[in-house]
Parts: sequence; structure tokens; C-alpha cells
Amino acid sequence: MKEQNIIEAKGLVHEYIRRDEEGNVEAIQTALDHVNLDVRPGQFIAILGHNGSGKSTLAKHINALLAPTEGTLYVDGKDASKEENVWDVRQSAGMVFQNPDNQIIASVVEEDVGFGPENIGVPTEEIWQRVEESLKSVGMLEYRTHSPNKLSGGQKQRVAIAGVMAMKPKCIVLDEPTAMLDPLGRKEVLKAVRALNKQAGVTIILITHYMEEVVNADYVFVMDEGKVVMKGTPRSIFSQVEELQEYRLSVPQITLLAHELKKSGLPIPDGILTRDELVEALLSVGQQ
Amino acid sequence: MLKDITLGQYYPADSILHKLDPRVKLFGTMIYIISLFSFRGIPAFVLATIFLISIIRISKVPFSYMVKGLKSIVVLMIITGIFNLFLTQGEVLVQIWVFKITYEGIKNAVLMVVRLIYLIIGTSLMTLTTTPNQLTDGLEKALMPLEKIKLPVHEIAMMMSIALRFIPILVEETDKIMKAQMARGADFESGNIIKKAKAMIPLLVPLFVSAFRRANDLAMAMEARCYHGGHGRTKMKPLAYGVADRKAYVVLVVYFVLMLVLRFVWVRFVG
Repeated sequence: MKEQNIIEAKGLVHEYIRRDEEGNVEAIQTALDHVNLDVRPGQFIAILGHNGSGKSTLAKHINALLAPTEGTLYVDGKDASKEENVWDVRQSAGMVFQNPDNQIIASVVEEDVGFGPENIGVPTEEIWQRVEESLKSVGMLEYRTHSPNKLSGGQKQRVAIAGVMAMKPKCIVLDEPTAMLDPLGRKEVLKAVRALNKQAGVTIILITHYMEEVVNADYVFVMDEGKVVMKGTPRSIFSQVEELQEYRLSVPQITLLAHELKKSGLPIPDGILTRDELVEALLSVGQQ
Repeated sequence: MLKDITLGQYYPADSILHKLDPRVKLFGTMIYIISLFSFRGIPAFVLATIFLISIIRISKVPFSYMVKGLKSIVVLMIITGIFNLFLTQGEVLVQIWVFKITYEGIKNAVLMVVRLIYLIIGTSLMTLTTTPNQLTDGLEKALMPLEKIKLPVHEIAMMMSIALRFIPILVEETDKIMKAQMARGADFESGNIIKKAKAMIPLLVPLFVSAFRRANDLAMAMEARCYHGGHGRTKMKPLAYGVADRKAYVVLVVYFVLMLVLRFVWVRFVG
């Protein structure tokens, strides 16, 4: 039997309708244009796209914050467009947003992590247990009694992830979680996300426009103007440098360098992702 | 400079007063204020003083912290004192032109100033020993019965705690906007009051815009974490009365009854 997909989108369309003061339709902007997406449990999925490509709109659908204009979306076997499923969908697909400050509700770290479980009616003792577990899983346990205002951006974002984890979701959607962080914070957050995927087996959907962050993903979707324009493993995506540049995505420097070297005649393989790979490829060229 | 603002001025210490349930402290403050403005006579005054001194001792908060709170109301105290001093009718002691100081005037002035001082010290003792979060929790639980008359108690408490969380963030943002405007030649310091107020406009507009944007983001983040009001919600830190809280209630009731008795006796036998 085929394993059930945790997220299954078929022909998903979303239109933002702008109205003038009388309520007449002024303009229709199609943010999602017949998007198909299948995600299996435990996968690490990355969705790439420049600003305005519709990737955030897609994320909000998975969390039932937006309802599709057309098409269907099933999250963990439940129809996300149905009103009665909204709370179930939000519980099984947690969401982390871009701005770390604007998603922390409480003024103590542990209380913020407890906010989600409180909302879904988890008994008090279990809340404490979940808070401890999820803070530990992102390595923030020692900051449990701190004020979020005194934490760095990366730490705040990890608290936000812990807050989602405490609701025991099957899947976490991260909407550009590193866009407002410095390189160190970015590394911290990605490490925590990867650990959750590997150790806790949580399905991850990472939405980003930094191509470096998708190198470790199982599968990558590239979006442009509301459509999924490319999909495949990171290696197969990164081997199509020209096409990526067409979609205004900046290819990682290593991949770009390898690509340029190949174009000028060196016999090295396509889709080089890391510095080590390039070094190896160059060494083998030298030996020949 | 703006970062120095602290709200709720909580002073962390390990005392019985800090560990009390916030509801007890709210109730206690209320009782204390009522007793301050209803007492008559020296014995009652002595009792209130003893009560105040003992809770200051128990709280382990340095006295200088409470005096800080007094500085802000010095003007109010002076005005109250002067009004009571000159405008009370009675037995005239000194007369300078149209101003006359009466015996009752002196008595009232001293009494009012003492009451104000006690009031400020008493209430600041509550805020010094209770974190803002505990206060909102206490208020929420204490006002719960009002939910029956459709007062959104949980929502009000949630709003208060979110406001507390965002005050430092917005203060920091104000600081940032101010510096950005100053870098482009804005002048916030010179000029008269009207000019200064006008200079605030380019500061307030971006601040409001950003606050609305934050509110929008936060509402979405709360919804994504299944927030749907107080219904069916559990608490991570539920308030529960302990032995110390019950004892504190007894002490408060005894204090209040004593104050009432002293008032009654004083009015009846002294006048």
C-alpha cells in the first residue's frame, strides 16, 4: 500500500482580489496558479522562489490561514478548505514566520512555548513536559525563564520553533525563518530544523530564497509567478544554473564557480553543491 | 535613554510576599486603600503604620525603592497640603492677609499627606513584589465571575499581557526611528512645547504604522498556534491558593475588622 501523503495539493489556485470603495473588483492577482504538491511524511522539502513568487501564500494555505479559490488541499488526510477542519489542520501543520519578534506572545520563554498547548487544551502537567521536551529539542532549555526580548534573533526563532513543536505537529512549515537573521543565527536555526527532521521525524517544509539553505533538502520545488516551475532533488535543480538565474534566484557561489569552470572546458560533473565536492572534482581532473 | 523605562518595576527577591498568590495581593491592596481613607483617630493611624512597616519588612525590598515612587507625586502632595492647610474652615491660628491657617487645616493637611504617602508605598509594594504577568493572571482569575455578564475577561487579560510584552519592543523601535530622523536632521530637543509636539509627528506616524503591522503579524501567528479565545483553554501555570495565601487572607480580614472597630470606637467616644 502506498504511504499516505502528509500534504497533497491538487490544482491549487489562490487569487487576491482588490476591491475599490464600492466593493467592485478592481484587480485580481493570481498568487497561486494550479499548484500541485505532494509531500510524504518525514521528508525535508524546500520551496524556493524570489519575492512575490507565491511561496508565502502557499505556506499560509498549508496552515489553513488562507482558503484556496480553486483546487483541493489535504493536510494529513483532512480537507484544509473546510471550516470544521481548521483547528485540526493547524495542529498537524505548525507554522513559523519570518519576524521572530512578532510571533512570540508571552514575556517568558517557557510561557510562550506553552501557549500552543494551552490553546488546544492540553492538561497542565503535560504542558510542562512538552515545554521541556521541545525546548530541549532546539537547545534552548537553559533559557526557559529568560525574557524573549533579551535573546538574539536566532535564539528567538528557535523559541518560536519550540512553540510549534510543543503542539506535536506532524509537519512544520517555516516561512523564510532566516530572512531577518545574521549568518550565525541562520546557521543555528537551520541546524535546529535539520535535527528535528532527522531525530523527531517531523516533516519540514522550508520556504526560502537563500539557495544555500536547500542543499540538504530531500526535494526542492522552485516557484515563480504562482507556478511550480522546477522540481527535483537539490542536485538536479542546481545543475540547471541558467534556468535558476532566469527565475532570479542566486545560485550558491560554489555551484556557480563549478558551472563556469565546466563551461570553459573542464570535465567536472553538474550540480556541485559543496566546497568539498568541488575540491574532489578538481583533484580528479588533475589526476587525469 | 529610552531603554531605562521599566514597567511594573518588579524587584526580584525571595520573600513570603513575592510568593503570595497575586489575587491575595490585589485584595490586600484594596483593603488597605479602603482602610487608609476611612480611618479616624490616632490608634487606627498607629495600626495602619504598624501594618505597613511589617509588610515592608516582610517584602525584603529595600526601602529606597519605595521612596523612588514618592518622588513622582511630590507636587501632588504639596498642592494637597496647601489646599487643606488654607481652605479648611475652623479655629483660626495664624492670619496673613486673606490666608488663614486653622487648627483643622493643619490636621487635615498632615492627614492627607500621610495618607498619600502610605497609599503610594502600599501600592508600590504590590507592584514591586508581583511580576506584570502574575498581575494579569491574578486580575483574570479574580474577575472571572464577570464573564457571566458577558465581560470578555480572558481577552482583556490577554491584551494586557501582550501589551506588556510589546512595550520594550516598541520603545526600542521608537529609539531607532528617532535616531534615523535625527540622522536626517530632525530636531527633537529645541523649541517650545508646540514645536516639540510638532516634531513628534514624524516619529509617531511610522511608529503607528509599524505597530499595526506587528499586530497583524502577531494575530496571524496566534491563529496559526490554534488560539481561539479563552474557551476550552488550559493553563500552564494555573493559580491555586496555598496555606500561606489562606493565612494572608486571615491577616487581612483581621486587620480590616480592627480598623473598622477602631473607627467606630473613635467616632462614638472621641468625636
